[in-house]
Amino acid sequence: MDLLIAFAKCLVSLLIVLQVGVILLWVERKGSALIQDRVGANRANIFGGILPFNLGIVNTLMADPVKLFHKEDIVPEGADHFLHWLAPFLALFPLFLTYAVIPFGDVLVIGDTTINLQAVELNVGILFVLAMVSLGVYGVVLGGWASNSRYALLGGVRGSAQMISYEIAMGLALVAVVLTYGTLDLQAIVRAQGDLMWGVIPAWGVFYQPLALVILFIAGMAESKRAPFDLPEAESELIAGFFTEYSGSKQSVFMMADFVEVAIVAALVTTLFFGGWQVPYLYRDGFHFPGGFSIAVPSLLVTVLQVLSFLVKLFLFCWFQILVRWSLPRLRYDQLMDLGWKRLLPYALANLAVSAVLILLLQGWTVRS
Amino acid sequence: MEQSYAAVLISAGLCALVVAIMVGASRLLGTRTPNRAKQSVFEAGNRSVGEVKTHRFPVKFYLTAILFIVFDVEVVFMYPWAIVFRQLGWFGLAEMAAFVVVLGVGLAYVWKVGALEWD
Repeated sequence: MDLLIAFAKCLVSLLIVLQVGVILLWVERKGSALIQDRVGANRANIFGGILPFNLGIVNTLMADPVKLFHKEDIVPEGADHFLHWLAPFLALFPLFLTYAVIPFGDVLVIGDTTINLQAVELNVGILFVLAMVSLGVYGVVLGGWASNSRYALLGGVRGSAQMISYEIAMGLALVAVVLTYGTLDLQAIVRAQGDLMWGVIPAWGVFYQPLALVILFIAGMAESKRAPFDLPEAESELIAGFFTEYSGSKQSVFMMADFVEVAIVAALVTTLFFGGWQVPYLYRDGFHFPGGFSIAVPSLLVTVLQVLSFLVKLFLFCWFQILVRWSLPRLRYDQLMDLGWKRLLPYALANLAVSAVLILLLQGWTVRS
Repeated sequence: MEQSYAAVLISAGLCALVVAIMVGASRLLGTRTPNRAKQSVFEAGNRSVGEVKTHRFPVKFYLTAILFIVFDVEVVFMYPWAIVFRQLGWFGLAEMAAFVVVLGVGLAYVWKVGALEWD
């Protein structure tokens, strides 16, 4: 029975990440169109348009993957077939797996079983996330290598150099967060953010570690090789960088890895800094406002509200990343490496030092795990 | 804690299945008409010459990777310290500060010597 519940939760988290990936593709296209004052993709249609209504974006949502999956899978001559297949697999598989540790709700109470809404309840959640994101580098470097093309190889190695440079900054920012909460368990961190500071303000991570939030955001965007850090796959300049020689579904897997990583960065930021599934003042039995006023809410509705809050925050941060992508120009590669090693790394270390000293000095107000 | 690790295996199995299907979809659903022009690698119209995999490689990638290893190991050592930080108190802070200062000197040296320049 427990295994069945675990299986259901893993399935739900996998479905969430699949939906978010596909929806982000549409949000990216329409959102970028909005920013650039044009219409975007609106030509897809079902059954030749004989339906009396227009399904709108759903057509594009369905048409895009279906089209890509039906394209021919071209493997360039001299390329290693196994590595050519393995690279997109390694690019996407760890990212899907990362989602399993992100808590998307508090508990679901059905009868007398209490289900913790986190697919994989590890007490080393943050380390698992970091490990999986590090595995994503393999996909990039293998993709470049397996293509038997000089440009793809260089694109792949440059991409992986960028990714590993920003992983250090990301790791250090997360150390500061772990310092504040004293635990690696993501569900425990989210639960700790339900406390109230001075009885009024919800104790979200952003009030404790604002610099770590900025560093994590920047490093996360650089990890996913999105603009302004997208030189390895600069769309208008290098065709597709390390995945030039990929076509059909393998290319769609690489592109989907891009969007899933956006979702992962958004999920991490939400979980660690903005309260995850926490709705301010909402507890398991209802709202308890600071003035003493409270509203009783049935537990199922509480769960639904919390899951909705998680999804709303997730989309907000995905939208923010899309905004940043379409607003800023691309960083040159040496500027990129400069930012990673000479700015983010020292700032993250300084943040760590200041946080550690402050936590020891002010034992009273920090969040207890 | 075996319960949670069973969930990792289940999750890994599900994700691997889905991604494998996605990667293999073109093989199943797409056409297969190999053609010399299609099989050749992209070089904007020119035919590419020479071996790719034994071609010489810029050494700065190796340098970046080595620096990454050093600092990543430092970060890994910081995680257990961060968890038990409050129990260790000022003494723990001083110990970790000594560790970070040693590595910080390393970072400063690498910065000064120019190994972080990329051109």
